[in-house]
Amino acid sequence: MILLLIGTPIAWWLARTRAWWKGPVGAVVALPLVLPPSVLGFYLLLAMGPNGAVGQFTQALGIGHLPFTFWGLVIASVFYSLPFMVQPLQNAFEAIGERPLEVAATLRASPLDAFFTVAVPLALPGFITASILTFAHTVGEFGVVLMIGGNIPGETRVASVQIYDHVEALEYMQAHSLSAVMLIFSFAVLLCVYTWRPSAKKVG
Amino acid sequence: MQGIQAHFKLDWPTFNLNVDLHLPARGVIALFGHSGSGKTTLLRCIAGLEKAPEGRLIVNGEIWQDEQHWLSTHKRGLGYVFQEASLFPHLTVMGNLLYGKRRVSDDHKVSLDQAIELLGIAHLLDRKPDRLSGGERSRVSIARALAANPNILLMDEPLSALDLQRKQEIIPYLERLHEALKIPVIYVSHSADEVARLADYLVVMEKGQVLASGPLAETLTRLDLPIHLGQDAGVVLDATVVEIDSSWHLARVAFDGGTLWTHDQAFSISQRVRVQVLARDVSLATEMPSQSSIQNVLQGFVDAIADDNHPGLTLVRVKVGHMMLLARLTKRAVASLDITAGQAVWLQVKSVALME
Repeated sequence: MILLLIGTPIAWWLARTRAWWKGPVGAVVALPLVLPPSVLGFYLLLAMGPNGAVGQFTQALGIGHLPFTFWGLVIASVFYSLPFMVQPLQNAFEAIGERPLEVAATLRASPLDAFFTVAVPLALPGFITASILTFAHTVGEFGVVLMIGGNIPGETRVASVQIYDHVEALEYMQAHSLSAVMLIFSFAVLLCVYTWRPSAKKVG
Repeated sequence: MQGIQAHFKLDWPTFNLNVDLHLPARGVIALFGHSGSGKTTLLRCIAGLEKAPEGRLIVNGEIWQDEQHWLSTHKRGLGYVFQEASLFPHLTVMGNLLYGKRRVSDDHKVSLDQAIELLGIAHLLDRKPDRLSGGERSRVSIARALAANPNILLMDEPLSALDLQRKQEIIPYLERLHEALKIPVIYVSHSADEVARLADYLVVMEKGQVLASGPLAETLTRLDLPIHLGQDAGVVLDATVVEIDSSWHLARVAFDGGTLWTHDQAFSISQRVRVQVLARDVSLATEMPSQSSIQNVLQGFVDAIADDNHPGLTLVRVKVGHMMLLARLTKRAVASLDITAGQAVWLQVKSVALME
């Protein structure tokens, strides 16, 4: 949800702008695709820690430290999964092109109106793909979570880390059952995405 | 103030647009020229889809653009028909029609029902655009533009994406629009045939400049820069069917200056038609011709004589009643008949093309 709110405007802007800094911004958004998750986690940890800029800001606001809390985890996940949201959306928006929005404008629709009544419906397949991929990816992440979240039961413990713990402790049975759940879940999600695709093509 | 005042100056690396036009408040205004002449760019400037750095646009007294003002496209009371129909694929035909209609106030010059009726799309309303033929899509997109209650309708080669047969299918609808609409229509086209059939006012463009601009008949008879619709110079006359000779399959049509016989195309009396008379089909005589295979003989006065693009040819403009006709003669013929301006002559019109 949060990613949808943040990712959509970024994708929209990236798809439509002709500014020279489109490239750099796109690259920054895509960084998490390339960087080892632990690197990203490390920098986020520094930034959100007591001496980091974000950390000092949150302290000044009286929220305290973010690392090793649920919200810290959420913020880290947002950064980490942003490219999975932005890129399908950007592609979807670019595929629509300029024309339908021009048509909407000649039919008296303001840009915001046209965005919701034309661009979003036409990009719907992109939205679905992006949301599913992002959700699945967030569930499956590991490195960032370990760095930022730690492993506090009921607070910041997520499935992938739990499996790691089980294996470390040589509890193969538990690791097996959790892994199987993850495997089936991931497969189901990808199955959805790939069976949805053909119909999506026709609409676009 | 009625009418459209448009001045735009635009410098792109490979293209310049520089126009200054006063256009009438009614009728079909054709922007005619080759591709790359700037017709579409001019239309986009009028629609506000393109912003010319220097521009002044006043439509029926309302300022759409000048040094201080810029009205966004969605605030301009216009309808725009794009080259491809560009219907919204996620909406039905009705959804497309309502998209613009919902966003404007109620006092409609053209009601939704009227638009549906004019374009003959009542049986298509529940369909999705991908279930329509090319011609049907064009008609829906025209109806959609009309449903948004425009003060001016802009059409960017609405027929260019269609094959010849589909074009023939749409043109009658456009002619009906022409009769029914009280708003000006700016019609971009590179097709001489479409212009000859639909236009009342002609703007000829070349390389981003306006070559000529004026009422159709006047512009077509300019001798200083003969404007050719198609491969040859000629005039287009608005006429009315006054007599039908069914035994010879002929019909007599009257224009503002005389009458002409033409093939009968199942006309009815007092039907309005458009005919085209090419300069090469008109010959001149100084006396009333008596024995001739040519049935159409008109009397007129030589208005002007000018060189044609071949050194051996001349174009003679003859005033017949209130209308002008063009005749192409050899220079030798002009010399031997001693044709001069102001002289009374007889025109023999070999063929009259019906634009129907």
